[in-house]
Amino acid sequence: MSVRRLAPPELQPASFAFNAESEARVAKEIVKYPPGRQASAVISLLWIGQEQEGWVSHPMIEVVGKRLDMAFIRVLEVATFYTMFNLVPVGKFHLQVCTTPPCTLRNSDAVMEACKKHIGPSQMTPSADGMLSWTEVECLGACTNAPVFQVGRDFYEDLDAETTVKLIEAFRRGEKPKPGSQIGRVSSEAVTGPNTLTDPAIYSKKPETA
Amino acid sequence: MPTRKLIIDGQEIEADDNLTLLQACESTGAEIPRFCYHERLSVAGNCRMCLVEWVGAPKPQASCALQVRDIFPNKDGTPAKINTNSPIARKAREGVMEFLLINHPLDCPICDQGGECDLQDQAMGYGRAAFNRFHEQKRAVEEKYMGPLVKTVMTRCIQCTRCIRFATEVAGVPDLGATGRGEDMEITTYLEKAFASELSGNIVDLCPVGALTSKPYTFTARPWELRHTDSVDVMDAQGCAIRIDSRGPQVMRVLPRLNEDVNEEWIGDKTRHACDGLLRQRLDRPYIRKSGKLQPATWSEAFAAIAAKLATTVPEKMAAIVGDLAAAEEIKALKDLMAALGVKNIDCRQDGAKLGGARQSYLFNTTIAGVEAADAILIVGANPRWEAPVLNARIRKAWLASGVKIAGIGVTMDQTYPVTDLGAGTDMLEQIAAGTHAFAQILRDAKRPMLILGTSAISRADGAAILKLAAKIAADTGMIGPAGSAAEGGWNGFNVLHTAASRVAALDLGFVPGEAGRDVAAIVDGAQKGEIEFIYSLGADEFDVGHLGRAFVVYQGSHGDAGAHNADVILPGAAYTEKEGLYVNFEGRVQPAHRAVFPPGEAKEDWTILRALSDVLGKRLPYDTLDALRAALVADAPHFADHHELVPHGGASATDWAAVGAAGPLDTSRPLGSTMTDFYLTNPIARASATMAECSREFVAGSAKMAAE
Repeated sequence: MSVRRLAPPELQPASFAFNAESEARVAKEIVKYPPGRQASAVISLLWIGQEQEGWVSHPMIEVVGKRLDMAFIRVLEVATFYTMFNLVPVGKFHLQVCTTPPCTLRNSDAVMEACKKHIGPSQMTPSADGMLSWTEVECLGACTNAPVFQVGRDFYEDLDAETTVKLIEAFRRGEKPKPGSQIGRVSSEAVTGPNTLTDPAIYSKKPETA
Repeated sequence: MPTRKLIIDGQEIEADDNLTLLQACESTGAEIPRFCYHERLSVAGNCRMCLVEWVGAPKPQASCALQVRDIFPNKDGTPAKINTNSPIARKAREGVMEFLLINHPLDCPICDQGGECDLQDQAMGYGRAAFNRFHEQKRAVEEKYMGPLVKTVMTRCIQCTRCIRFATEVAGVPDLGATGRGEDMEITTYLEKAFASELSGNIVDLCPVGALTSKPYTFTARPWELRHTDSVDVMDAQGCAIRIDSRGPQVMRVLPRLNEDVNEEWIGDKTRHACDGLLRQRLDRPYIRKSGKLQPATWSEAFAAIAAKLATTVPEKMAAIVGDLAAAEEIKALKDLMAALGVKNIDCRQDGAKLGGARQSYLFNTTIAGVEAADAILIVGANPRWEAPVLNARIRKAWLASGVKIAGIGVTMDQTYPVTDLGAGTDMLEQIAAGTHAFAQILRDAKRPMLILGTSAISRADGAAILKLAAKIAADTGMIGPAGSAAEGGWNGFNVLHTAASRVAALDLGFVPGEAGRDVAAIVDGAQKGEIEFIYSLGADEFDVGHLGRAFVVYQGSHGDAGAHNADVILPGAAYTEKEGLYVNFEGRVQPAHRAVFPPGEAKEDWTILRALSDVLGKRLPYDTLDALRAALVADAPHFADHHELVPHGGASATDWAAVGAAGPLDTSRPLGSTMTDFYLTNPIARASATMAECSREFVAGSAKMAAE
């Protein structure tokens, strides 16, 4: 992690407004809190804004601040505190590659190398076509399916260099490949297939009443 | 009040449940080091320097964030034992200090905080000597722009967040914040704008390290070179307690002093930073206008010129005006001199405020500390944020504590607390006075209602009528309660918010036109018509000095401002840091200012100039020493004997409120509002200050430009 600042002025859009879909979500978030405490919705609103635009811009911070009756600096504090908020423009598909030890042991370096080669050498920088960008992140909490990366709300698991490149190419074409394990696992069972609780009968039998 | 027993360092005490453990420990005389904790700010609990041992607890406790009510007794019922200086507490503090110093640069020799730095002192007292286990690179942080008054060296910051809490809570200008987190946390203003508060200088005092230092004072002096003089401020009429730090002949800086009744421990930026104006534009020798140009002269030549003019002028054609920075002594001396000459055209109200008469009708009767008890406030034609920034912080404090209802007529600027805008028309005042407006009911329902009347509102042509309406509101809504100070259960909600430091003293001494005498406007008018031929100006720069016709003007003052430019004889006087003088603040509190340095060149203390002149004129004033003059002052107005104390008000019956002001037509076409156009340039000292000029450019001209766009 390093010092987090707003993107330079030349990257900032002239304005920001929530679209109709976001507005509906914003309204739902704000009513969760009692009047006078609406500032509690600040993370939600920034997140809705980021889902709409891909990143948190300077105008977005002020729109959120005005909406929640907060000083702009309070919104900026939150936006710079949480690394989940992208403070610079990213690609349409933003690959967050996990590089904490379990993923590193399962060769997340190869995934990262593939990103460097096929998206761009530096993190948080959109590719020329604007479709892709990548960044290293801390543990995504899917260690049993390492290595993983996250795109939007989806995890892509059990990666290697080859599958990563395939996924990158699919994203580049604007497709949305199937999330989850890329080697056919359903969830977090052993790679060699399940080896306990394998008797199908235990799943069909009704529990005996004691 | 519930209390509980604690054993602090072996001493059993009965501690109030509402105290924090830190306060309870201090009450036993224990010394608890701290960086983030501050009595007047919310508790942050993030520096961990105040750790103490609670015997039996698994970890040392941050005493600032632990309330006494949360400390339970031991299982056997004996009181909890707290150790502030046990090996566990000492080791904890040493550890915290080691962490704080990991990223703190070793630049004390080039740091302005050096010598008065909490971190330096506490590292000596509570750190380990010559001990360093950290050999990696230290963190470096980029500097932040915070405006023309606050210099930042952010690498030194220990993230105590005192400045952020001050900006948000006391100043009410939430411009400061902490961005990022962990090692990358940085204190900054939003988008590195200047910190736009009139109280911004206080964050320099609050900063326990050298991260925020005073920009104008940068690298000018070391604290151990300075001589301290306790004094009182004259930049506004609040009379904040200040400490003047001087070196040799020069005032280096002005700092606040603790005075719970007046300024707590805050001062405004003008008070703090106008002191460089004491060096510029000074009148350091007498001048006489010869063939249209001011020529240097000696004292005796100047006095002779005045005597020659006076010899050929009748008293009806003479006048005297007192300026905004004059102390009570010279006002008294000038009044006595004018009385000896038979002059009735004397006035102290340069702005033309229709004040005078009963003392309660021109005081801030509620008192500054009393504001905290108010439950409804009506502000009329004032801008407290500029006219008395420290008082404004007190109003904000009252609003934060009790949510007091505040409404304003002609209050345009953001006051840092919500003010219900009742418009700016004089008709609104009439409606409230008639009791037909909704806010009149709020005032009637309130137990301790307050009215704050700006001097701008009563300086207008219809000022006397407005004053009468205000007095009527005060009397009708029960603002003036039983006699006695607020602390004694009395209440007086009628308040005039003065902006001139000299004004209350001058009104107390009756420096207003005598029978058939002229006020300032009439003096100017008379000068233009040739009916006034001689004007004695005691540092008066704020009236229409450019249109005095052919009148012979004597200007006695400290700075070559507008008044001096139009003078025929200039007598160089002393500024407030260069003389012993009594000032009366808007509450009516008499406070002595003390001499920190000597007046420059041939300038003299003001009352001695008048005393010497009276001798030349053959009307020798009957006092040769300051003590004799003060005795004469007390004879005139006994309250001048009680420094720092207030005369308790005498209740509703003590003043004939129906006689305050005068009925008359209201000027409905002119909205009410403060006439102060620039907080930073309100008096000759501030106008001579380069720092104040820069602030004016940054905050006033800048915001005016933004508003125009």
